[in-house]
Amino acid sequence: MRKILVLVEHSGGVVDDSAYELAAAARNLGEAGGDVSVGGVVLGNDVTDLAAGLGAWFENVYVFDSPRLQVPDGVAGAELLAGLIEQEQPFATLIPHTNTGMDLAPALAVRAGSPLFADCIALETTPDGLSGVRTRYGGKVHARISATGDGGFMATMRPGSFDTGEAPGSDGALHTMEVPGDLAPQRRFVETVAPEPGAVDISQAEVLVAVGRGIDEEEHLEIIRSLADVMGADIACTRPVVDKGWLSKSYQIGTSGVSVKPKVYIAIGISGSYQHIGGIKGAPYIAAINKDPAAPIFGVADVGIVGDLFDIVPLLEQQIREVKGVG
Amino acid sequence: MDIIVCVKRVPDVAEAEVDIDSSGRGIQLGTLGYVINEWDNFAVEAAVSLVEEHGGKVTAITVGGEDDEDVLRRALAMGADEALCLTDPAFDGSDSFGIANILSKAIADIPYDLVLTGAVSGDVGGGRVGPMLAAMAGIPHVCLATELSVDAGTARVRHEVEGGLERVVELDLPALVTVQTGMNEPRYVSVLGIRKARRKPLTAAGAAEIGIAPDSVGPAGTRVTVEEMFLPPKGEAAEILQGDDEDTVAALVERLRQQGGV
Ligand SMILES: Cc1cc2nc3c(=O)[nH]c(=O)nc-3n(C[C@H](O)[C@H](O)[C@H](O)COP(=O)(O)OP(=O)(O)OC[C@H]3O[C@@H](n4cnc5c(N)ncnc54)[C@H](O)[C@@H]3O)c2cc1C
Ligand SMILES: Cc1cc2nc3c(=O)[nH]c(=O)nc-3n(C[C@H](O)[C@H](O)[C@H](O)COP(=O)(O)OP(=O)(O)OC[C@H]3O[C@@H](n4cnc5c(N)ncnc54)[C@H](O)[C@@H]3O)c2cc1C
Repeated sequence: MRKILVLVEHSGGVVDDSAYELAAAARNLGEAGGDVSVGGVVLGNDVTDLAAGLGAWFENVYVFDSPRLQVPDGVAGAELLAGLIEQEQPFATLIPHTNTGMDLAPALAVRAGSPLFADCIALETTPDGLSGVRTRYGGKVHARISATGDGGFMATMRPGSFDTGEAPGSDGALHTMEVPGDLAPQRRFVETVAPEPGAVDISQAEVLVAVGRGIDEEEHLEIIRSLADVMGADIACTRPVVDKGWLSKSYQIGTSGVSVKPKVYIAIGISGSYQHIGGIKGAPYIAAINKDPAAPIFGVADVGIVGDLFDIVPLLEQQIREVKGVG
Repeated sequence: MDIIVCVKRVPDVAEAEVDIDSSGRGIQLGTLGYVINEWDNFAVEAAVSLVEEHGGKVTAITVGGEDDEDVLRRALAMGADEALCLTDPAFDGSDSFGIANILSKAIADIPYDLVLTGAVSGDVGGGRVGPMLAAMAGIPHVCLATELSVDAGTARVRHEVEGGLERVVELDLPALVTVQTGMNEPRYVSVLGIRKARRKPLTAAGAAEIGIAPDSVGPAGTRVTVEEMFLPPKGEAAEILQGDDEDTVAALVERLRQQGGV
């Protein structure tokens, strides 16, 4: 039976959803539909209880529990996983394409000499190896990539791209793994910083008017503010707007920003990268205004206008004023 | 303090129509403009300002063809001291493992304290080259840095980690850091600046010069192959409102009203 290993991400004592998504994806990697044995790998400090709770999802759970693993360190993690891969000889090792996964996987691939499929949105076995799908060019193109061999593959998997399904209800065995005494993480921990609470809290907003790089100049934000005002909405933005210093980080929606769950969300001059969309929860009604008909945002929006935001936004404000009967 | 910064030229597809080329494995690049990878622009700025503060030298490196020298000239114009273009027909078709392998051989001959790369590249964006290069060079790395300072052989890095948090760590140099967007404000590059930078040294080196076996890179050395490219399945795409601006906006207002947005 094929073995697949899954690296379990966790934070603050809570298992990340990606662990269940990858566990489910791993079950599809059997030989011609055959069974697989899925092993979960947990690295951290004081994580044995957390690991023990994963038995319903994995046939085996391998836990490396040590104070030296308190702070995730991709280099140290790669060393431990390389040892486990050597021992278990899995067909593939699946790692979430998260910040910590991106830190560890390439180092592990070099150590273990594995082909690395990065940021997959689909993964399947082929008669002579493995094939995956990833997005390129800002999501405008998909690419099918492949590698051949009997095993030892590695893939980082995009969070949110694989259905979790039901726990298979396995009765996973817990294996306490030794952390070698000479494992010395190369990073010296200074502090962990939570995002500063901003002047605004967009996480609770019901209606959001969000703006992206298409706004082009800081001064142009006025038309967005003005539209939001008349709608009684809050404004939000993508990362490039924050990178330029036009709005503070507390306005940024996305995987490295704030998660929001509005009822209505309007995307203006936003391409629709998965890191941005990843911050939008709860299936709101999404409207998009973009001059590029091929912008990926139209793939997730409910309604769209293909046009220049500098024409559309002022007109939108004006018509809403008329509907609302305000000046 | 000597810094190596790895830069890459990428097609600018933000507003462009993207079509699959006749091989089915790439996109038609003909009409597309090229830019420096967004992340690398922040990495060059970080390198140049660190050297302004501490002294030393910045070497910008790319793996590519003659056309890719653009990004090196741009890095020189921003303040890099030297540039190295790693170019060889044998390098064509390398995957990220191959690119990292080429870079690791090239930097083995250059003294450095710090290597900077972008966190990902905007075109294919796997985010593999930096940490792979660190593993090959046998130096520690940190990914997704949002702040970086150096003091007496130690780098202090703030970087994006799990659960939406950031973490500050210290590393002994030499080390590799991958740079996230927003770390700094990349300085403006004028056409004149690029012209002036032509006086700075830009050298090219191939497989023989850096001592890499040609059959260990390029298609022969790839571990992952691109089988095909295709346009994403349309799925349940948005209803695109039709008509002139007055009409589309009126239709949008109506829908927003129904949804409680107005
Ligand atoms: C680890 C990591 C974490 C990240 N986290 C986040 C995050 O939390 N949030 C986030 O947003 N991004 C994040 N990013 C960045 C993300 O990958 C994208 O680069 C970013 O979301 C793009 O923002 P954008 O849509 O505003 O810009 P672009 O992708 O440049 O899109 C601009 C859009 O505006 C349109 N446009 C231009 N002019 C006009 C006009 N006049 N009228 C109408 N439309 C116009 C263009 O057609 C284009 O579609 C992250 C990246 C990484 C690697
Ligand atoms: C000559 C040539 C041929 C290629 N052929 C193919 C091909 O056939 N199939 C294919 O899929 N891809 C091909 N590529 C693209 C190549 O695979 C990617 O450039 C590389 O693998 C980057 O992968 P990545 O997405 O992991 O980059 P990332 O890891 O996302 O890039 C992160 C950082 O690594 C550094 N970096 C990345 N690439 C380079 C580079 N070329 N030079 C210097 N620094 C760099 C930059 O600092 C960048 O910010 C080719 C590139 C070149 C130059």
